[in-house]
Amino acid sequence: MSHQGAAAAISDTVTMIDRCVRLMRRNVDTLFVSILLPLLMMALFVYVFGGAIDTGTEYINYVVPGILLLTTGYGASNTAMAVADDMTTGMIDRLRSLPIRSFAVLTGHVTASIARNAVSTAIVIAASLAMGFRPNAGPGDWLAAIGLMLLYVLALSWLAAGVGVIAKSVESASTLSFFMLFLPYLSSAFVPPETMPSWLQPVSEHQPITPVIETVRGFLIGAPPGNDGWIALAWCTGLLLFSFTLATSLYRRRTSR
Amino acid sequence: MIVEATGLRKSFGATEVLTGVDLHVEEGSVLALLGPNGAGKTTTVRILTTLTRPDAGQATVAGYDVLREPAQVRSVISLTGQYAAVDENQTGRENLVMVGRLMHLGRSAARRRTGELLDQFGLTQAMDRRVKTYSGGMRRRLDLAMSLIARPRVIFLDEPTTGLDPASRSTMWDAIGELVRGGTTILLTTQYLEEADRLADRIMVLDKGGIVATGTADDLKSQIGGERIELRFADERQLLKASGVLDGIAGQLVLNLPSDGTAAHLHHVLDVLRDNGVVPERVSSHRPTLDDVFLALTA
Repeated sequence: MSHQGAAAAISDTVTMIDRCVRLMRRNVDTLFVSILLPLLMMALFVYVFGGAIDTGTEYINYVVPGILLLTTGYGASNTAMAVADDMTTGMIDRLRSLPIRSFAVLTGHVTASIARNAVSTAIVIAASLAMGFRPNAGPGDWLAAIGLMLLYVLALSWLAAGVGVIAKSVESASTLSFFMLFLPYLSSAFVPPETMPSWLQPVSEHQPITPVIETVRGFLIGAPPGNDGWIALAWCTGLLLFSFTLATSLYRRRTSR
Repeated sequence: MIVEATGLRKSFGATEVLTGVDLHVEEGSVLALLGPNGAGKTTTVRILTTLTRPDAGQATVAGYDVLREPAQVRSVISLTGQYAAVDENQTGRENLVMVGRLMHLGRSAARRRTGELLDQFGLTQAMDRRVKTYSGGMRRRLDLAMSLIARPRVIFLDEPTTGLDPASRSTMWDAIGELVRGGTTILLTTQYLEEADRLADRIMVLDKGGIVATGTADDLKSQIGGERIELRFADERQLLKASGVLDGIAGQLVLNLPSDGTAAHLHHVLDVLRDNGVVPERVSSHRPTLDDVFLALTA
């Protein structure tokens, strides 16, 4: 075989990314929902609930970072359905009976997820600016915020890929999306944790989304993220390492004979 | 022997799916694994295509060991499974080019080969339509075309026509026949005797995880006789009486007899029944079917 080693691995991965991005572009329903849903949520929170929530700042400035994390969390978790679709149809056997690098299939889906989230995040940011979001972040702050969200999406997409590998069906894989849609409510995304009952506060403060939201919020509306930044980075890196290992070893196990 | 397997065993939990299968396929020939659902056909194919690990036994494909050299095996085979493994949201052409790239054909070679295959399988007109708009027969043809992109030395076809309408089945048979004439080695599984008869040089009948018969289609048919006569009775008592005087396989109010297909034999059967005071409700005669093969081989 002339195509061995790194060159073949890269070529396989590029082919799979190409495939997954194309499939994603054509899966209009999922794409539409993953953009429309956060927009609706943002409108709901800014125009309906926002007036009743006191965060000490303009509410839209408080809530947009939360919406961004909800967007990306939900978007990334949709990867589980795409992977489950491959795993539960004949496609996985076809792919496996080809001499390709085993993770190329998952890498393709994860990369497509990042592309999808980049698009939906950009749309949500544009909409939020139109609705009155006024960040006072410099280019460096933006880069830092985007970098952290990228890491967050990457980590969650690998986690979703792992869920997709073991899911018995596309429907059961979609449970993760539901969970990721719910989790931000138990964080500082929409209301300050201090306003929650005392038994809920520790949950809200120490779950991984809160430091990520706080850090993105800090970068975008100009408060230094401080400790939260490092905690967020640690959470995301840890989650990425864990998810990647989990997804690839589950994939190996599920597809090993 | 381009495919060779000995003593393949496989259990899933407490269920023994293969109880020791030996098989071999000569280069350029077609072997059909014939059997009902659950006989172990798919498991056998999955072992030979490196997708499932056997609990015991050995197998080589093109000289490569399926357990120790799976990557080499994968580079010389192709698998077309029971369910068309195609991306619904890609076009026919995109599906083909993708597989060509994954088989490590260069970009232009993948495109060239795609053009040839679209042409060969009559899909050129539909090549830029998404596969979800294809008919069942078109999907199977595309699936088969995808399997052929890198000119595999051995093609595994797992129930290539199950669920197809007669017209699509016939088109699929033509496509497979074309490959056979081109000298490709094929191992196919099927539930249809007719399909095995039409495509295969050699047939192995698989039942409950073991091989129960091997031979050409003619060999198998002669084992159970050329024709079958089926007698249907109104009640159990009549059936019992009839099976007492005629040598056949009894089923649900039915007696199934081997025959040479002549009118004289049918006459004789009816005479014997009349002499014993039995009147069958219905009489029919037909060519042997897979059911007959199984009844005969496992009775």
